[in-house]
Amino acid sequence: MAEIKVDCRGETCPVPLVETRKALRKAQQGDIVEVVGTHPSSKKEIPMAVKALGLELVEVKDEEGFWRIRIRK
Amino acid sequence: MSNKATLIVHSGDMDKVYSAFIIGNGALAMGMDVSMFFTFWGLQRLKKGGLEKGPLSKMHMFGLGKLMIKRKMKQANVASLERLAKDFKELGGKILACDMTMDIMGVKREDLRDDLISDYCGVGTYLDEAKDSTITLFI
Repeated sequence: MAEIKVDCRGETCPVPLVETRKALRKAQQGDIVEVVGTHPSSKKEIPMAVKALGLELVEVKDEEGFWRIRIRK
Repeated sequence: MSNKATLIVHSGDMDKVYSAFIIGNGALAMGMDVSMFFTFWGLQRLKKGGLEKGPLSKMHMFGLGKLMIKRKMKQANVASLERLAKDFKELGGKILACDMTMDIMGVKREDLRDDLISDYCGVGTYLDEAKDSTITLFI
């Protein structure tokens, strides 16, 4: 199972959400998509999208100056 | 109930076209189906080279206001309309062009962005899609 990384640091609305969705569309069942970013609202909204898409939110973590979200398809 | 959003883009103002594409992209990202109907002034933005050409809805000040907003947007790293439109298409969004506006304003198919437009249609298509939508907006 692959791990897909998406770096949205410095990007603003709606790019982190859109790039997450693009990566999830390309991912295979069981793959992990890891998104890192700095846009504050996206940290709340990407989990909302994960829920709406019926996928598994593995982790939401604060790092030094950015956040990290891991999703399993 | 279907999970769908339909947006009418009647305004050709830059800020409103931004709102439309941001909402459209957001809805696609949330797993919804999205159709955007471009009509009247909104359709002008689908002309070749026209996407970024709209004035500001307020404080345009003969282009000075737009210039200032554009600079602020660049500083905030806001995506261009071109990028938002491409992402919208990549995520499976539909862009529909109003054919009556084309007749009234003398816009020909070859004047429009064929790479973005999914179909040319009238009000019936909008209503057919809107009646099954959970979200519908007139912008």
